[in-house]
Amino acid sequence: MTPHLPIYMDYGATTPVDPRVVDAMIPWLREHFGNPASRSHAWGWEAEEAVEKAREEVAALIHADPREIVWTSGATESNNLAIKGAAHFYASRGKHLVTVKTEHKAVLDTMRELERQGFEVTYLDVMENGLLDLDKFKAALRKDTILVSVMLVNNEIGVIQDIPAIGALCRERGIVLHTDAAQATGKVAIDLATLPVDLMSLASHKTYGPKGIGALYVRRKPRVRLEAQMHGGGHERGMRSGTLPTHQCVGMGKAFEIARLEMGTESERIRMLQQRLLAGIGKIEQVFINGDLERRVPHNVNASFNYVEGESLIMGVKGIAVSSGSACTSASLEPSYVLRALGRSDELAHSSLRMTIGRFTTENDIDTAVSLLQDRVAKLRELSPLWEMYKDGVDLSTIQWTAH
Amino acid sequence: MAYSDKVIEHYEHPRNVGSFDKGDDTVGTGMVGAPACGDVMKLQIKVDPKTGLIEDARFKTYGCGSAIASSSLVTEWVKGKSLDEAMTIKNTQIAEELALPPVKIHCSILAEDAIKAAVQDYKTRHQS
Repeated sequence: MTPHLPIYMDYGATTPVDPRVVDAMIPWLREHFGNPASRSHAWGWEAEEAVEKAREEVAALIHADPREIVWTSGATESNNLAIKGAAHFYASRGKHLVTVKTEHKAVLDTMRELERQGFEVTYLDVMENGLLDLDKFKAALRKDTILVSVMLVNNEIGVIQDIPAIGALCRERGIVLHTDAAQATGKVAIDLATLPVDLMSLASHKTYGPKGIGALYVRRKPRVRLEAQMHGGGHERGMRSGTLPTHQCVGMGKAFEIARLEMGTESERIRMLQQRLLAGIGKIEQVFINGDLERRVPHNVNASFNYVEGESLIMGVKGIAVSSGSACTSASLEPSYVLRALGRSDELAHSSLRMTIGRFTTENDIDTAVSLLQDRVAKLRELSPLWEMYKDGVDLSTIQWTAH
Repeated sequence: MAYSDKVIEHYEHPRNVGSFDKGDDTVGTGMVGAPACGDVMKLQIKVDPKTGLIEDARFKTYGCGSAIASSSLVTEWVKGKSLDEAMTIKNTQIAEELALPPVKIHCSILAEDAIKAAVQDYKTRHQS
């Protein structure tokens, strides 16, 4: 455990569990321990009732029918089940799948696996603002395309893809559309009564619920079929076997209920905090915001502090918990693949910081973060040979670097 | 990722930050790395023409905390050494001193390369 906790600004990684969610979960860990699949006694009946009530809450947030909700262990499993399940079921119709380069690894890696199994995948580029070019998307669709996967809200840069338009193009062609909405619930309104999406991955722990639980929305009208990826007792209409964790389901249900009731006021407050953060870091020279500023959730600020390396900046601002777009901490020297997909230069991709705010972020937190960033960026630039060259008017792209 | 106390100490209080005039005849400049890799180190040595010893050093580094610490450390180590002695500083010594984890070994290699580049630059300028 960290002895002295910094200000948490990494809501995109996970959110704290709302205390109201914790309270709702506890009884199901204590005296109400029954297996929701037990049909022969009261322990089972009450657990089943709790799980079904939670299912209704999950469905209500996205305007779906509770029967369209399949519990999973989280969005990664939901993505796997949706993509593999649909690809396997509809394989006789075609072998072509379409996705986007800025998707989460749980989608990209699942696609890679399907390529190994003989499917063909098109990975589309995005525009400089992180959004999909609809003309290019349309051109990528083929007669043998069976499945498209495009996320609703990007985890690194927070941009919102035009799912209504993408869905309409898929519908016209009878292509199944999967959308990863792990970062979207409680942040943008989702209405599956009108949104032409067939499969939607949902996570609990990005929306103030517990980790270890998620759901997959599977449309009933028009009906979408999946091949199960987890076999066993035939739970969840045979789509996902495994005993349901009552307390986890209850937690996700409560979290989604709170999101449905409070999203409107919460988003307004967070938008004000985002504006405050943007205004504060905007005073620093050579700062670039990654991803479209209009079509974006208010919870996300992803900025590149030019000529300052991201990992050293994170080390310097240890009073705030943020994450780097760059994967420098791993053995790889590759910067964020999402920022690369936006066409950002290597320096800018290496200089990025993702700050994600949420329910418990205060104005004071934002002000502390801004002053810390202003101070540290200035200190690190004093140390930066690239900054010195920039100030001397040297064009960095003309330098012959000795790669190592 | 957890950093060693020595890395944090150098990161918080970097030694010998700055630049010498590149045109100064007593200065040798080495710049290694690339922005694409996420590290660029500039190391400069100032040589006493009478004794041939490195009397001062400066650095600037764009890179992670380990890269900053590695270059800060070598500015201390090269001072007082002859050019040939400076050339014997090995990346393994830097990595050991700073307790760098395996994924950060490249930072120490870069610091060794920076010393060599700075010495080479000085020697090239004084060949004639």
